Amino acid sequence: MMLPVNFKIVRAHLLSRKRQTIIAMLGVTFGIGMFILMMSFMKGMNDFFENIMLSVTPDIRIYNDYKTDYSFSVAQQYFGESPQSWIVIRHPRPKQITLNLKNAPGIISDLHKFNEIQVVSPLVSAQLLFNYGPVQLGIVVDGVDIREEDRLFGLSDKMNGGRPENLLTTNNGILLGYKLANKLNVNIGDMVTAITPSGVQSRFRVVGTYKFGISIMDEYKAYISLASMQQLLGKNRDYITDIRLKLKDMKNAAALASSLARKYRYKAEDWETVNASVKAGNLIRDTFTYVLSFTLLLIAGFGIYNIMNMVIMGKMKDIAILKAEGFAKKDIVQIFLSQSLCIGLVGAVAGLLLGFLLSYALSLVSWPEDEWIVIKHFPVNFNSLYYVVGLIFGLLTTALAGLLPALKASRVDPVAILRG
Amino acid sequence: MAQAVLTAEKLNKYFYDPAMIHVLHDVSLSVCEGEFVCIMGKSGCGKSTLLYLLSTLDTAYEGALYINGIRVTGLDENDLAHFRNKHIGFVFQFHFLLPEFTALENVMLPALKLGKLNPKEAEEYAIEKLRQMDMHEHARKLSGKLSGGQQQRVAIARALINDPKIIMADEPTGNLDSTNTAIIFNIFDQLVKEGNTIITVTHDHDFAAKSNRILEMADGQIKS
Repeated sequence: MMLPVNFKIVRAHLLSRKRQTIIAMLGVTFGIGMFILMMSFMKGMNDFFENIMLSVTPDIRIYNDYKTDYSFSVAQQYFGESPQSWIVIRHPRPKQITLNLKNAPGIISDLHKFNEIQVVSPLVSAQLLFNYGPVQLGIVVDGVDIREEDRLFGLSDKMNGGRPENLLTTNNGILLGYKLANKLNVNIGDMVTAITPSGVQSRFRVVGTYKFGISIMDEYKAYISLASMQQLLGKNRDYITDIRLKLKDMKNAAALASSLARKYRYKAEDWETVNASVKAGNLIRDTFTYVLSFTLLLIAGFGIYNIMNMVIMGKMKDIAILKAEGFAKKDIVQIFLSQSLCIGLVGAVAGLLLGFLLSYALSLVSWPEDEWIVIKHFPVNFNSLYYVVGLIFGLLTTALAGLLPALKASRVDPVAILRG
Repeated sequence: MAQAVLTAEKLNKYFYDPAMIHVLHDVSLSVCEGEFVCIMGKSGCGKSTLLYLLSTLDTAYEGALYINGIRVTGLDENDLAHFRNKHIGFVFQFHFLLPEFTALENVMLPALKLGKLNPKEAEEYAIEKLRQMDMHEHARKLSGKLSGGQQQRVAIARALINDPKIIMADEPTGNLDSTNTAIIFNIFDQLVKEGNTIITVTHDHDFAAKSNRILEMADGQIKS
């Protein structure tokens, strides 16, 4: 009972019309609850997509981006150079380009000297055709140093059967995505036949299957050893098309990529550039969530505004008495604003609880069976930041919604009311 | 003659809505400590308007008003609120208690607002005031559950809680039956004997007869 007198009045007012108070609180509760649920789910979704994206994207990829220098042409030699004549060549084609990184072993050993770089995984990639009876499946096959590849993408955690190291122990071994293995109707130990675009044919023994949870990896990709691939393409042991890097801190990727590109004069792409579309998707989802939540809270705010206005209409007499007794304008504002804030605070806290319970419940719901992405439950992110934002949002809306009626109450002319 | 508690100089008041009316014409008056002044007059003569000017609730007037030696004309609204809280006690025609509170809490509120007494002292003092009104047995009841006469007695206790310099009453018996009117009469009698300064507006001649001075108003002026 040691409350300041204004808050005694606030409490009496709130308790004397419990139903109205509770309804106003529920408005805020649902607004905040939905905000929490949507943020948690959307963020969970973003995290999920980002995880998938990162599971197949190296932090930095260095490769030879074949750009041909057209400023020089055979025609020039043929016709001779003279200032009076122009040589116009339509649709020039390169005579010969090599896709590999020159001096790849040198670059690799140089990269190993960087402190920030954790994993250096060289790659030779090619599109091979796999025969399944008369059907030919075009599959991207990566020739990799499987130990480094394992460290890059954590391949051993994603194995469905067999081990990645089997590639090293088996002559002409191959790792298939589990969907591809199903499609080709092969199991571990079976043989598959692959043909290169240039017509070279080779047989591989399936030594393992893996499951990333994304179609592009599981259905259209296979791994063989670096040496097998170089052999298949008829290249020497230095022939490397890509070098993929994993950094200690992936946030440095963009900066490091550009310095590496300058150093080796090859294209170096960081994960953020490669996955700009995923980032854009995240931004769109975030914006959408904020807009929707803001609308929900706005509606709750209007509810409070209405209820407080009604309360004040019914309390004209009381306000007049309080003023006559010596309660100043600021006391009246405090009394009625505090009521809104009380409603806001209790409603928001209840909303946070509701939001938590709903998002927890959602995280237990199983995700509908899907061919493309493998996910067991709805992804939910329980980040405490959204709870803080929700609370601030809730208090801010109720404060604004309560301020106008409170100011109106403070302007009540007691004489007009008391005289009747 | 004792010292003047309230002095009004040439108060002029206009109503603008719906048409401009000059309600009070150069009203000057002075009320001394311990005096019981009745303002009487026909409906519309401006007596209630005058009371609300004197009470500082209405600030839209011309002229000057001094209460307890302080010029209250021109003070800002927050200062006036504090001034009313400390120096003026109100009794209205329609009792006007806060329905969410008990009789005791209604009486205590102005004391808590003033903050001179701690809550415990304020409660004791409020009970004492209620006992004076013979209402202490109903102290814990919600004010809405009391009868009209009882409510008016609680309202008087509330007006007294901060030991105001002046008690102002707007037809305190106007809404009561004869039995309750008699009770309120006795209370006012008692208050006058205790030396309170009272200004009241009334229609009731019996009530007015108990006062030291009757101000008869007509057409916005004091006739006598």
